[in-house]
Amino acid sequence: METDPVVQLVDVVAVLDRFPALAGATLSVQRGEIVLLRGPNGAGKTTLLRLCAGLLPPSRGSAIVLGLDLATQRQEVRSRVGLLGHANGLYTDLTVGENVTFWGATVGASAEEIAAALDRMGLSTRLVSVPVRKLSAGQRRRTALACLIARRAELWLLDEPHAGLDIAGRDELDAVLRAASAAGATMIVASHELDRAGALATRMVEVAGGQIRGPQ
Amino acid sequence: MSATHTDTAAAVVRRPTGTRVTRALGIATLIGLGWFVTFGLFLSPDDAVQLAGVRILYLHVPSAWLAYLAFIVTAISSAAYLSKRTRSLTWDRLAGASAEVGVLFMGITLLTGSLWGRMSWGVYWVWDSRVTTTAFLFVTYLGYLAVRGLGGSHHQRARRSAVVALLSVLEIPLVHFSVEWWRPLHQQESIAKGKLEGLMLFSLFIGVVVFTLLYVWLVMHRQRVLAMEDALDDHGLEFAIAERREEALF
Amino acid sequence: MTSIEVTRLVAAKDLRIELRSRILINQVLPFAAIVMVLFAFALDKDDLLARVAPGLIWLATLFSMLFVVQRSFAVEAADGALDALRTAGVPARGIYFGKAIALGLQLLVLEVLLFLAAFVLYNSRVGADGVVLLITSALAASCGLGLVGTLYGGLTTGTKGRESLLPLLLLPVVAPVLIGVTRATEAALGVGGISMHEGWAWVSLLVTYALLFGIGGSIAFGPLVDDSV
Repeated sequence: METDPVVQLVDVVAVLDRFPALAGATLSVQRGEIVLLRGPNGAGKTTLLRLCAGLLPPSRGSAIVLGLDLATQRQEVRSRVGLLGHANGLYTDLTVGENVTFWGATVGASAEEIAAALDRMGLSTRLVSVPVRKLSAGQRRRTALACLIARRAELWLLDEPHAGLDIAGRDELDAVLRAASAAGATMIVASHELDRAGALATRMVEVAGGQIRGPQ
Repeated sequence: MSATHTDTAAAVVRRPTGTRVTRALGIATLIGLGWFVTFGLFLSPDDAVQLAGVRILYLHVPSAWLAYLAFIVTAISSAAYLSKRTRSLTWDRLAGASAEVGVLFMGITLLTGSLWGRMSWGVYWVWDSRVTTTAFLFVTYLGYLAVRGLGGSHHQRARRSAVVALLSVLEIPLVHFSVEWWRPLHQQESIAKGKLEGLMLFSLFIGVVVFTLLYVWLVMHRQRVLAMEDALDDHGLEFAIAERREEALF
Repeated sequence: MTSIEVTRLVAAKDLRIELRSRILINQVLPFAAIVMVLFAFALDKDDLLARVAPGLIWLATLFSMLFVVQRSFAVEAADGALDALRTAGVPARGIYFGKAIALGLQLLVLEVLLFLAAFVLYNSRVGADGVVLLITSALAASCGLGLVGTLYGGLTTGTKGRESLLPLLLLPVVAPVLIGVTRATEAALGVGGISMHEGWAWVSLLVTYALLFGIGGSIAFGPLVDDSV
């Protein structure tokens, strides 16, 4: 149903090589929300995002994303969710256009959709044929986001998207996220940039010790 | 918390792995071994040609039997783990324990076989399908054990190792046949079994039976130790979760 | 997206990356060539070299394959692309065959050049009747190597010293390929006293190998790669 929460975690424990990165996390995210995850390093923000992306299983608790159970249906969740981590997930030897086309092709996106994705991220025709290797950090971030759009991701999970960007890059990113939010994207953003991300977010939660505090 | 992690953890590992069954089995194995040694080293006659040297076969053949048995058990346990109906970490631990015992006896097989070959034919090694496949299996075992040590959750380890084990099963006939076609002429075939008779054959038979008992005994214990190790990990998890939550300082 | 479309997509992507970065040409090929030269230094007898040339060619191929396999997965790990590929929920079977095809094709290119090197360095010769056998056996072997390399490459990719595991796991597994394709090549080049007929029999072994690992690998690849969390 349209009004079902996009993400529903109840008391989730997630273990990374014997270490409980998440030790009982509860969170609910509605469609169209932009939730900001705050918290010190090592609190479990990255693990939370990776869990929601379907990259690791919950050891305990209940975790439902887009109506799918993360314990058993991770493969389906993965195809509908977009994760932008510290790395960009790009093939550095290929051009911007080739990367976005590749990722779009994994969901059967048409040429128009690919062009639209490039356009929305402000990736001009000049940049399209440049190998990713040669791009600035900000341009790579935008390319990675274009790949998310081309893949028609229904939930965006952004792990410190501003990290490594200069001021101009951060401004670019903000504009892009604001536009996406206006278009109705659902996002969970982990960030230390409280001003920027805070201005964007509809809700803020604290992550500490593998748990979540704040309006859940 | 009145008990610390190390206290209760110590309690977990201090539990011995022996039970009535294993004790009975152990005693039977010891008696069997004694019987076997008596026959093998003393009561059975020397070979006409090789004199006392033939006795190395009493170690070689049962070891080979055990090594192959262990491999089969590892393969079947791996398949059992992968099948949804019988998925249980016990199968994974059984596969691991069996592989550890198997690799040991595979090494003994190769070593004793090499010495036997030196005595019988003057060479330490021969490139026929049986010997080469055994050597291949030995290396594959080592690879399997290395994969088991890669880390991750217990189920990740189990799935990964099970897949590798079954791929190894796939390779065995390929290796066997390719070596078979490659060197179709081997010296003698009958590992002297054809020439053995009476008491020697009987001793060999005892050897196989006793080694099977030994295998079961070793694997049962080892499997329990592995279970304890896994339990220790899980146990540690509870404390780790508690410690982790304390970080939050709410 | 069907597995076939994914296969084509991933194979094209891998090959395009190789064309762009030219690692095969710039690094792996020189390595293989040096290995061939070193063999000549070590073996030192001219007539011997021609006789063992098939074995040397394929040994050089196998050792170089280790690098190509690692490279195949390094491009995925460089910017977290493998994570992204898994995140995309792309069917694992498609990824497997796509990468296997790309790997196999790269190995074929390598083999062609190694054969040329052998003709020059070791004085190898091939007759008209041997050419077909040569090409067929190289194709069959490359299929098998591509499939097996991708499978074990996927298993050993990632952190914590897994890369050193690749040779230990992979080299024993490709032993049947080495035996088979070397005998077939000996038949094709007319060395080692192996008849053409036998050579073709070895090709059937190579094809069986490729089929078995094609099936086994397509089942195993998904679960294996999924574990590298």
